[in-house]
Amino acid sequence: MKRHTVIRAAVVTAVALAALTAGATAASKKPNLVLWTIQRTENAVETKAAKTYKPANVKVQIFANDPFKQKIKIALGSGNPPDMFMNWGGGGLRQYVNAHKVLDLTPYLNADKAWKNRFFNNVLQTAAFNGKYYGIPNVGMQPVLLFYNKAVFRAHSLTPPKTWADLLSVVKSLKSAGVTPFILGGQSKWPDLMWEEYLVDRVGGPEAFNAIAAGKKDAWLNPDVIKANTMLQQLVDAGAFGSNFSSTTYDGTVTATLLGTGKGAMELMGNWEYGAVLQNAPDLIKNNDLGWMNFPSVSGGKGNAKDIAGNTSNFYSIAKKSKNPAAAVAYLKKQIMSKTYVKGLIALGNIPPVKGIASQLTTGSNAAFTTWCYKLVNSAPNFQHSWDQVLSPNAANSLLSGLDQLLLKQITPEQFSAAMNKAK
Amino acid sequence: MRADRKRMGASPLLALPALGLFAIFALAPMIVVVVLSFTNYNGISSPHYTGLANWSRFLHDSTTHHAIWISLEIMVLSWLIQTPIALLLGVFISGRQRYRSVLAAVYFVPLLFSAAAIGITWKNLLDPNFGLLANLTHRLHMSWFPVSWLGNPGLALYMIIFIIAWQFIPFHMLLYQAGARQIPHSIYEAAEIDGAGRVRQFLRITLPLLRNTIVTSSVLILVGSLTYFDLVFIVTGGGPGFATRLLPLDMYINGFERTDMGYASAISVVLVAAALTLSLLLIRITGFGRFRSSHEGA
Repeated sequence: MKRHTVIRAAVVTAVALAALTAGATAASKKPNLVLWTIQRTENAVETKAAKTYKPANVKVQIFANDPFKQKIKIALGSGNPPDMFMNWGGGGLRQYVNAHKVLDLTPYLNADKAWKNRFFNNVLQTAAFNGKYYGIPNVGMQPVLLFYNKAVFRAHSLTPPKTWADLLSVVKSLKSAGVTPFILGGQSKWPDLMWEEYLVDRVGGPEAFNAIAAGKKDAWLNPDVIKANTMLQQLVDAGAFGSNFSSTTYDGTVTATLLGTGKGAMELMGNWEYGAVLQNAPDLIKNNDLGWMNFPSVSGGKGNAKDIAGNTSNFYSIAKKSKNPAAAVAYLKKQIMSKTYVKGLIALGNIPPVKGIASQLTTGSNAAFTTWCYKLVNSAPNFQHSWDQVLSPNAANSLLSGLDQLLLKQITPEQFSAAMNKAK
Repeated sequence: MRADRKRMGASPLLALPALGLFAIFALAPMIVVVVLSFTNYNGISSPHYTGLANWSRFLHDSTTHHAIWISLEIMVLSWLIQTPIALLLGVFISGRQRYRSVLAAVYFVPLLFSAAAIGITWKNLLDPNFGLLANLTHRLHMSWFPVSWLGNPGLALYMIIFIIAWQFIPFHMLLYQAGARQIPHSIYEAAEIDGAGRVRQFLRITLPLLRNTIVTSSVLILVGSLTYFDLVFIVTGGGPGFATRLLPLDMYINGFERTDMGYASAISVVLVAAALTLSLLLIRITGFGRFRSSHEGA
């Protein structure tokens, strides 16, 4: 009898407790979502989207660019990832996809055609593998442009270079005038790659890198690649990057200030540099002294002078381990590239990879820049996604340290090609 | 029995918590690393056994060989630079004068910073565009003066060795200060009566009696230089080219940037083995293991 009551009491307590906890969770049913992203100009738009979202508590965590790459890899590998994470698509994301760490978004996108059709398909493809989609674009398209300070060109009666020959003569004049012709954050290595991408395209056409990306035999030994790298070393010899590039780290606050103060005349950089100038050297834009153009043509080269290189976009992906994949999908669908989101991006000089926004781009304070970029992307026969994002992390790392050595003139273009040919 | 145990000092059981932590956080990972060194593992997918592939790559990888050379260079130069400076400073501040304690406190400052903070500080000071050096040469109209010290492959490594010395000399100075203060004053008094000057006292008394401290400090410098990573990672990232890519950084780049954890594990096994051998060797050579007390009262 006594034992019975004890059991009964225990059961009652347990039920009561269960009911209590159930009630408690019902009251705070709002799911918690964690989103990881990198430090960038667009952070304000990202955090605003999270803060104004009612159905879930979305916590945005921001990390510096380079440490983020390791941090997300460890988080995904160790099985303790955030619900959503920013990535660059391409080879890096493919590695996570192959390891079954990323949620396949295809069924969700197919179930809601309006959502899928909001984006440019060629941009979605950067985060798609074997016909399956794994990422939603979260910033504007990022073509790499040649920015320049018009005031510097005026002061030395020069015109921005349209061809390679122009470029060499402009470099010579600027150097003798004591101005660094091109600002280059060589210590970060990836800015070197932008030069490589454009020179290889202009000399050898898109086929040169397509062969490399496809893993074709001896694709790196292509004479066009060697010629492009010889031209790159010519630039170093001509002092095009000044004498401090190898100890300059890319940082928008640094490079935009150098451009704004006229210490450097030009910079080959992603279109996000416009936002950096807007923040760090606003007078340059206010005085209409910030110029931009596509990379010069190379006479006799196989590449179209309208070709561009850069990042098609960055993406949000959902970790397979997320406890609330449905809530994460709902968040991406509702908030990312929503009207407010797109507006916020355009205000930063972004060109969102979203259809039907041409009219929005022609208004606003940055209209001149954004419409120009929109046209540039639209009329480009080839938009080459950044090589280091396309290749495997291993090959990408060899590529970046090889370019570093190439610019330091520690290796010849032939040695570079031979080494890359061996990298996997 | 009981008396015996008492004579042997504290119960060995007291070492259990430390041993347990060591087993979990040092021994177990080391075993895992040895296992991983025989696999192909990208850190995300599951590892595949590849036999000796990583090890044969270790024998042929010229980048890694260069990294070993850089590590050795840092080790030897760090010892050559830090030991004499720390020794002299340590003996100097072991004096009882007030101004010496003030100076000691000032010299001590770098030790209070984390390696990351030191790295960022020096990187900013040496920044070729907005750093102190660049600013100074600009103001003095010396634009011909090279300011890209960290971007010069011939100079970057020496800058790193300098910053490491700046960071660690205070610590070794502290060791020497403590050692020097333990030397009984009576010895110096006797020497003074015998007519020995300052220099002679230093060479004949201080230096020999600091023998154990010198060994301790040297072991810490030599073995410690096998683990330098954070500072170099922040200041140069191993560049320009491969100029400052020391072995731990090569391990990191292979593991986390090239996502080749298998090969990175092979490198780390070598690092562990090297550090272990080096410390055992030093203890053997210097007779440090015998714990001789070199003077009365210590």
